Amino acid sequence: MGKLLRKIFLVDLFQGLLVTFRYQQPKYIYTERYPEQRPKVAERYRGAPRLNINPDNGETLCISCNLCALACPEALIVVTSERNETTKRKELTTFTYDTSRCMFCGLCEDACPVDALELTQDFEMATYTREGQIWDRQMLEEGPKPTQYKC
Amino acid sequence: MPDATFLDSTELVLNMGPQHPSTHGVLRVILKLDGEKVLGTDCVIGYLHRGVEKIAENRTFAQFNPYVDRMDYVAAVSNGLGYCLAVEKLLNVEAPPRAQAVRVILTELNRIASHLVWLGTHALDIGAITPVFYCFREREEALKIFEKYCGARLTTHAFRIGGLLYETYDGFEQDVRDFCAMFGPKVDEYEELLTNNRIWVSRLKGVGILSAEECKEYGVTGPVLRAAGVKWDLRKAQPYSGYEKYDFEIPTAQNGDTYDRYIVRMQEMRQAVRIIEQAVAAIPEGPIMGKVGKVIKPAVGEAYVSIEAPKGELGYYVVSDGSTQPYRCRVRPPSFVNLQALDRMVRGGLVADVVAIIGTIDIVLGEVDR
Repeated sequence: MGKLLRKIFLVDLFQGLLVTFRYQQPKYIYTERYPEQRPKVAERYRGAPRLNINPDNGETLCISCNLCALACPEALIVVTSERNETTKRKELTTFTYDTSRCMFCGLCEDACPVDALELTQDFEMATYTREGQIWDRQMLEEGPKPTQYKC
Repeated sequence: MPDATFLDSTELVLNMGPQHPSTHGVLRVILKLDGEKVLGTDCVIGYLHRGVEKIAENRTFAQFNPYVDRMDYVAAVSNGLGYCLAVEKLLNVEAPPRAQAVRVILTELNRIASHLVWLGTHALDIGAITPVFYCFREREEALKIFEKYCGARLTTHAFRIGGLLYETYDGFEQDVRDFCAMFGPKVDEYEELLTNNRIWVSRLKGVGILSAEECKEYGVTGPVLRAAGVKWDLRKAQPYSGYEKYDFEIPTAQNGDTYDRYIVRMQEMRQAVRIIEQAVAAIPEGPIMGKVGKVIKPAVGEAYVSIEAPKGELGYYVVSDGSTQPYRCRVRPPSFVNLQALDRMVRGGLVADVVAIIGTIDIVLGEVDR
């Protein structure tokens, strides 16, 4: 009898509708309004790569040891260097990072012995061309410059 | 494949997919129909084939680790755990207790996230649009914990061979406890929306029945097997990563229809919360990385490790020839094996049931095609 009454009075449907209407309150809004409100990503976020420079003298921290290139599963990092005849040390000439093939696994970052290569919190890396995805040393040092939208 | 030339005049061959939104990716199902009735099906897979097993042969053991996340991308952490355990078995090392506890927390969080994607999309296929928004809202909270822990939300690369790379962040325990406290009542809400709903019940009850014997014949594992009444869970049967320490139940059901599989998965989410609560209450102190060298070079040998992924038994078979690269890496994906039972489940049903049954198997095409 109770079962029949529940069926006639659509108890199961109203039970579900009650849940839906409970969430109509504005305080339950969960949507991020992305271009205006930029999300705060976590501290350990693995985003755009960056080649760090020494803030004191502007020189690169990279010692061109090539460990990141060897650690990369996709072999997308190319490091070239030449030996300075006066100091007998390797000096970085070019550093190319193909972000179009990168899967942001973080293995290059782990391999770096001097914390020169780092995956940063920048996540806006879209470009209009495939060539734009291949980052050279200057791009890696400066980082991406996404358009900021204001409302 | 049903041949068009031998068709009766009332029969019809219909292609469903590979772009059909209800096939959860790029699955193509060729249906042989008599009116609305399904006479037979044929699955065409391989649209997402990337040759992951071959890629493994050209990468070092550590380098292959991020690729396993991309097979079952809804449950990436489980995939990583299976692969790491297989290589650890090959190396004869074990992760330290602290690493094991953190691994359990993250894999169980991932089980919840995976089941939430399943629940949302499955309900969406059947016509209940509301649950998908609620499910993804709660999944977001789990993904935030992954992001804070390892820096990525979906393809996490959270574990390393031998243990963990990252120490837990400040407030990790609190975040996990908050999630558990928040999530329990939310499961009740999903059940309020669906469990007794008359449309939901009549669309699912008695649809796609797969008996326990048939499950065993097809090699079906996971919630599909447990819904048929078989109490089989690798976390209990062959405990790994310290699962023997936690007290939880294996939810089962009797009928083996689509509704029972829904009930089993809902109960599994509650059990996952129970495991997480126990694990987070007792994370031991100590190192997080086992005794593994910088270069991973296992001795000649082979290892097979299977774990209970959200979708069923996930196995990794790794062969080493003594070099730094695996000689062979074979994956036993649960979705691929479970998908083989699709024909048995839909035969004699209606076209609308095909959508419900594909949803209930919980396939991820990245894992089916590899």
